[in-house]
Amino acid sequence: MIRAIGLTKDYGSRRAIENLTFEAKQGEVVGFLGPNGAGKTTTMRILTGYMPPTYGSAQVAGFDVISESLEVRRRVGYLPETVPLYPEMTVYEYLKFMADLRHLPNGDDMIDAALDLVQMENRADGYISNLSKGMRQRVGLAQALLHRPEVLILDEPTIGLDPAQVVEFRNTVREVGKERTVLLSTHILSEAQQLCDRVLIINKGRIVAEDTPENLQARLVGAEHVILRVKGEADDLLPIITKIDGVQNAKLQPDGSLEFQFAPTADVRPAVARATIEAGYDLLEFQPVGLSLEEIFLQLTQDNTRMER
Amino acid sequence: MRNIWTIARREYRHYFTSPIAYIAALLALLTVGIYFVVIIYYLTNQSYYSNSAPGIDIVIGPLATVFLFATPALTMRLLADEQRMGTLELLLTTPIKDGELVVGKWLGAFLFMLTIIAITLVYPIVLNKLTSPGIDQGVMISAYIAIILLSAVFLAIGTAMSSFFNNQFAAFFATLAVLILFWWLIRLPTYIIQNDSINNIFNYLDLNGRFNSMVAGTMSISDVIYPISLTALGLFLSAAAVEIRRWR
Repeated sequence: MIRAIGLTKDYGSRRAIENLTFEAKQGEVVGFLGPNGAGKTTTMRILTGYMPPTYGSAQVAGFDVISESLEVRRRVGYLPETVPLYPEMTVYEYLKFMADLRHLPNGDDMIDAALDLVQMENRADGYISNLSKGMRQRVGLAQALLHRPEVLILDEPTIGLDPAQVVEFRNTVREVGKERTVLLSTHILSEAQQLCDRVLIINKGRIVAEDTPENLQARLVGAEHVILRVKGEADDLLPIITKIDGVQNAKLQPDGSLEFQFAPTADVRPAVARATIEAGYDLLEFQPVGLSLEEIFLQLTQDNTRMER
Repeated sequence: MRNIWTIARREYRHYFTSPIAYIAALLALLTVGIYFVVIIYYLTNQSYYSNSAPGIDIVIGPLATVFLFATPALTMRLLADEQRMGTLELLLTTPIKDGELVVGKWLGAFLFMLTIIAITLVYPIVLNKLTSPGIDQGVMISAYIAIILLSAVFLAIGTAMSSFFNNQFAAFFATLAVLILFWWLIRLPTYIIQNDSINNIFNYLDLNGRFNSMVAGTMSISDVIYPISLTALGLFLSAAAVEIRRWR
């Protein structure tokens, strides 16, 4: 369980986060979504007992992060953004060191279990300096999972992983997230959507939106956005496409492709495809255009100001 | 205690994977070895000198000078490097106290220094064989206590400097500067100032003078208390510096 109330952190005169209030329950995977510098790492560092907030308070696993910092740290597994490893140690030595620091009674069994979870059981005797980026990330995760913490805090856990590793990593997080509280940060929208039960969108140190991924998606995506590519230039196609019922905002792109929108409830793509072929064009592809994080923030902040009015 | 030991053990092992530690150990042992051989050769070939037998000071004296330069190399990365590699964030989010972390770091370095000191124990054995009726055991023990206390102080100063700076080289030179201050510079005012009560303060703080009297075999309570308090002060400042890092 994580409960943050009015968290504010100043670095000198710069305010990194302002008045963050949120909650994460047991068994819930909560995503922190925001661009770099939004205050995700700062918030996580406060919740892990690394540093105290300037104002506000937070409880993690039932303990206060300021006055009961050691109790909090005992119950939290943390994977910082730069994976903290000692390259001159073997994977086993490193985890053993962490097990000793956490006073785990049956350290070796727990090390085996953690390595098993991240599928590194056959690399225990390898030196960390010889591991690939993805493997290091997994060792970092094993370290965070080692003591079977109630709360798991992962800062940009999939950064630098290749797509196959990302899929594996997501499966692991989903697996361990069933009976724990997981807070993870990311700046990739689709990742937050796939992994999290709830998403907190944070920008410039403030929470701009908080919702389930589905609701967020519905709120954000007012219209489907598609780019149509044909062989050659699509100049003469524009008036034809514009006439089709349901097509909105059709316009030519500089590269000769055609961009248009339509309501999610009325898919116009089949009609557009037919029209394109009837007009004598060779249809190459429909490319859906996802919203970039910047567009999302723009949209959300506009929403908020509209609501405030 | 257990956390201190866990940190210290990792730190001690780390020295055996680090080229800097090997170079520091080599430098210390080589210097002491060459110095020893030259002095023994000189003394055995000078008949008029033969009435003064070589003592343990010919080993411990140069060892202290080498430690002055080896200490910054051994301590510069203790905390500065953890900060650079991001592992400080890991250690500071495990359930250990800042003080335990700092004392563990210092203890690891201290154990490495003790290992070097232990290797030099061959010299008193050799000296004992070379001289008749053998070297003074009391002086030998006093000299070894002196070098052990000295390395404790040096390393505590180094640990503090490493916790003040994010940069290893800044930590290196800051440590060297403070050590030179306590080892050579602090008694210089006594050559100028005529006031005895002020000079007593400088003499009290002078590590070198205390060290030399202990190596010569005279030890007072304050000779032991002063380096222990200086060590404690260094470690206290290190822990405070780590705590301050959290609040920044």
